[in-house]
Amino acid sequence: MTRRTPLNDAHRALGARMVDFAGWDMPVQYSSVIAEHEAVRNAVGLFDVSHMGEIEFRGPGALETANRLITNDLSKCADGQALYAGLLNEQGGFVDDVVAYRFSPEHILIVVNASNKDKDFAWMLARAEGVKPVDRSDDYAQIAVQGPKAAALVQRLTPVDLTKIGTYRFAQGPVAGIDCIVSRTGYTGEDGFELYCAPGDAEALWKALLQEGQADGVKPCGLGARDSLRTEMKFALYGNDIDDTHTALEAGLGWICKLDKAGGFIGRDALAKQKAEGLERKLVGFEVTGSGIPRHGYPLLKDGQRVGEVTSGTQGPSVKKPIGMGYVPVELSTEGSTFDVEIRGRAVPAVVVKTPFWKK
Amino acid sequence: MAGNIPPDLKYTQEHEWARQQGSVVVVGVTDHAQSSLGDVVYVELPKVGATLTAGKQFGVIESTKAVSDLFAPLTGKVVKVNEALPDNPSAINTDPYGAGWILELEPSDSSQLAGLLDAAAYGNLVKNS
Repeated sequence: MTRRTPLNDAHRALGARMVDFAGWDMPVQYSSVIAEHEAVRNAVGLFDVSHMGEIEFRGPGALETANRLITNDLSKCADGQALYAGLLNEQGGFVDDVVAYRFSPEHILIVVNASNKDKDFAWMLARAEGVKPVDRSDDYAQIAVQGPKAAALVQRLTPVDLTKIGTYRFAQGPVAGIDCIVSRTGYTGEDGFELYCAPGDAEALWKALLQEGQADGVKPCGLGARDSLRTEMKFALYGNDIDDTHTALEAGLGWICKLDKAGGFIGRDALAKQKAEGLERKLVGFEVTGSGIPRHGYPLLKDGQRVGEVTSGTQGPSVKKPIGMGYVPVELSTEGSTFDVEIRGRAVPAVVVKTPFWKK
Repeated sequence: MAGNIPPDLKYTQEHEWARQQGSVVVVGVTDHAQSSLGDVVYVELPKVGATLTAGKQFGVIESTKAVSDLFAPLTGKVVKVNEALPDNPSAINTDPYGAGWILELEPSDSSQLAGLLDAAAYGNLVKNS
């Protein structure tokens, strides 16, 4: 059965076009993907991300237990800090990509992708040595407020001093009178916050943000804009750019894998071995220099031979170019390397470029 | 939502419109089509001089999220294409029956036009789709 976030009625009232996404009835766009994308780049946009899952570790040993499951190192964090990380299988491939929040050494919250929540929870439950995880997904709604005007908007609604919350830091406090976790995180490449609240408060929070943000040009934004924004940043999407068959190193996410951290993590040895032996393929960002838009699944060709496929692709609304990502043999992964994208039977030239595609 | 369906045009099941203009027929996609597609970001046009066959694919239109084929409403020769579209594909969103036109066709048999849907029939198609 398709699930609905607490904001479902609010989306419909705003005339959103709804689609099934990972078993959730979610808005793909309200007015226009490009207009929503530009609102986030130039002003502020709101996203309902309540479908994401939240898995909690609580009690003595919570930090150690959670830290052994994720690739990044929460032991080096301060309380009130969040980390982007991977959950890897024993081969170094992705179970999921996550954000881990350290409230205290005895309270860790791991936010996972909606499509992977049940898989992740079972995976964690089977591997947690110590504190058992609790699925708290039904206890949280989540609204992402993203864009250069996000901080000013949220600040007008909260007594929490947002200047004290740096990137990937969070605090707790009321926003529009509603108890929230206020986290300076997001997946758009812009400054912004992810606000976690009780599901019953989500609609009031959403409406308060829309109302207060009118002067800022706030727009509710759907999955379409979320996808084009994150693609322009070369942020990976689970199921497209990362999955259980590609390792974190191949995905260019070695920076979130602390191979030398105390206690290690699941998949660590596979990554160490791969690092020592060298990679055979890498995820690259490319621009199409011919005519056409790369799409997920299109073949990548070198001299007519298939060498990979597009994992994500779009016409970047801010970069105003057709851009994509894909895994290619390592010899084709350096900046300036060229190959073709097969677009409906045509071989269209493309070049590997420096990423992120979008820079202010 | 049916969108804007001008009464003086003919329509296809695949959501193209056709407007007779002297000896040629101007072709585009309907307001309903552009609204369903969302932001149009790319249009692949045929070459002037190409021969199109009624009901067959002649080009591609892409929005931010979807790729759709374009189908010829009539058989005939392409005499003009909208050369502004590759640089400004959003004209299809903002003015599907005007600046968003796609091509002009010289039909091999102009009586084919009568075989297309009229505005009422197209309105019903959209309503029931």
